[in-house]
Amino acid sequence: MSDARSTILDGIRRSLRRGELTGAARDAAEMRLAHPPRGPAVARAELPQEQRVALFCEWASFNNATIARVGSDDVPSEVAAYLARNNLAPTAVMAPSAVLDRFDWASQPMLSLRRGRAEAQDAVAITGAFAGIAETGTLVMASGPDHPVSLNLLPDTHIVILREPDIVAGYEAVWQRLRERYGKDHMPRTVNTITGPSRTGDIEQAIELGAHGPRRMHILVVRE
Amino acid sequence: MQSTAHAFKENVGAALADPNLQDSLAKLKVGFSERRRQAAERLPEFEALRDRARDIKNHALENLDFYLEAFERKVIALGGHVHWAPTAEDARRIIGDLCRSVGARTVAKSKSMVAEEIALNDHLEALGIAPIETDLGEYIIQLRHEPPSHIIAPAVHLTKDQVADTFFEHHSKLGFTRRLTERNDLVAEARHVLRQKFLDADVGLTGANFLVAETGSSMLVTNEGNADLSNTLPRMHIVLASIEKVIPTLEDAAVLLRVLARSATGQESSAYTTLNTGPKRPGDLDGPEQYHVVILDNGRSAVLGTAMQDMLRCIRCGACMNHCPVYGAIGGHAYGWVYPGPIGAVLTPQLVGVEEAGDLPNASTFCGRCESVCPVRIPLPGLMRHWREREFERHLTPRAVRQGLALWGYLVRRPALYRRVTSMANRFLALFGRVEGRYRALPLASGWTRFRDFPAPPGGGTFHAQWRRRRR
Repeated sequence: MSDARSTILDGIRRSLRRGELTGAARDAAEMRLAHPPRGPAVARAELPQEQRVALFCEWASFNNATIARVGSDDVPSEVAAYLARNNLAPTAVMAPSAVLDRFDWASQPMLSLRRGRAEAQDAVAITGAFAGIAETGTLVMASGPDHPVSLNLLPDTHIVILREPDIVAGYEAVWQRLRERYGKDHMPRTVNTITGPSRTGDIEQAIELGAHGPRRMHILVVRE
Repeated sequence: MQSTAHAFKENVGAALADPNLQDSLAKLKVGFSERRRQAAERLPEFEALRDRARDIKNHALENLDFYLEAFERKVIALGGHVHWAPTAEDARRIIGDLCRSVGARTVAKSKSMVAEEIALNDHLEALGIAPIETDLGEYIIQLRHEPPSHIIAPAVHLTKDQVADTFFEHHSKLGFTRRLTERNDLVAEARHVLRQKFLDADVGLTGANFLVAETGSSMLVTNEGNADLSNTLPRMHIVLASIEKVIPTLEDAAVLLRVLARSATGQESSAYTTLNTGPKRPGDLDGPEQYHVVILDNGRSAVLGTAMQDMLRCIRCGACMNHCPVYGAIGGHAYGWVYPGPIGAVLTPQLVGVEEAGDLPNASTFCGRCESVCPVRIPLPGLMRHWREREFERHLTPRAVRQGLALWGYLVRRPALYRRVTSMANRFLALFGRVEGRYRALPLASGWTRFRDFPAPPGGGTFHAQWRRRRR
């Protein structure tokens, strides 16, 4: 045990007028870590799936993302059409994910896709999402070989493909899914929860989009 | 950061006379507080969430050693490192050594009040390492060599024109030779300049809003995305966090996040909330090779178990300063250290000493708005009153105030005498004439009336006299 470490921990114990946590108090704290209790439920997101998807779309739009609700066959054409509508070159870097590879990208011969992490010159990124949070229109991205974090941040435009069944009520449902996917004792390096494009209010409190991350976020909500 | 809290009165004089500051503060008064009100109204569960947030932080503080150790175990299990820093100097040394271990020349920094508290930038510069502030507000004030004036909006004291002048001065040599006038152009230019610095940085340094013991994750809440670039692009990520940032679980984080963004800016959610757990994993295409968490005490553990423990619940949302009439009149710099406003008036005497910062807890009208908006229900006026009592006990209060209070204390313990004196004073005041219910000048009160009128008591005698009359 390093000196600095015991200086701090002993200082805390001295102030709290006890030694190391023991007995019932320790059991309660261990129990809390093993079975985390939930806080007050937020009623507005406790909805049947159909309305929950609608609520997600409503809040994501409120937070300056744009939304397209499409069938899975229409994903590549919507991506191409979005880029054309915004006068963007039909070139993008895409997450190297098997889920995204299942869409028929060959149907859009004009669209040039590179798979990998984002580099400084990339203007458009296409990624999936681990989940969507209906309560606030928030996307959840879990990092891994199939989802480099730089894709969420570096390019000016972020196109996100979110499956309707992945839209959940609130954070608590996301934590549950993370534990199921990665195990209770494991986490991906990074979990980004992202609500709309990057923004700043640092000059006279007026909101400007595109501070450091994407200026534009387009979410394709895919029916299954 | 060197405190100038002892010069509070001079600082206030300068702040009130600064027209740019007063313009900026006028915008603050309507901005954040109105947006917070609307966000709170949109969420019926908001008050219940505040209660829960208070309880979570209390529980974490009562078991702080346990949760810090649990957090440390998880970080190590996932390949990260934890460093313990009892003092500011320890933290500076640890971070300096880490930066040197990878031969760092530049450090991309995401806004951290704890880094301001330990004056990290000065230390890095002394080692020949360039710290680059990447939060837009922090970047602006770094160029101007100013400290932050607000914990979530560090450049809130500046007008757009001042920012334009600063960028014109510093960016001209980088080839940006046009003085910009629009906010979006200013943001775009800073983005462009800082993007290259992110790509070049050897180390990313961030603070943490929360440390989650359950998973060993540091949690960061931002709007710009600069913290995420800082923890993804450089090969080393250092998290600097103070001991009271640890919370038990992700479920607890969910509660705190719901009150944090709404209290801070009135947003339903900040744009980016990020959990970082350890370094890059096998197969990851990006992310840092090393992940370090520096846990700083710097006087906080001594606050546990005292009457002041409640201050450690603070989640640094800034709502108390956004709603404070004193902060609204003088801005953040006048407080003289890292944390301004009501929370600063409580924290600063604790962290730098009541002798240095004794004026801060006196700069309050005790109107109570800070406590009424605090997401973790810190009794801020009560804690400020506590500091006033400590000052009085230690004879730090000016003699005139002590004598005045002693006289008043003598009178109120003698009700008959008190009534006679107040009734005389009331009649005496009438001699000076009431101009529209206020006095322009009063003997012995020029300290007050030099700057503002003194409100006149309503006609009909003292409160006691009126009370007696009406009860009959």
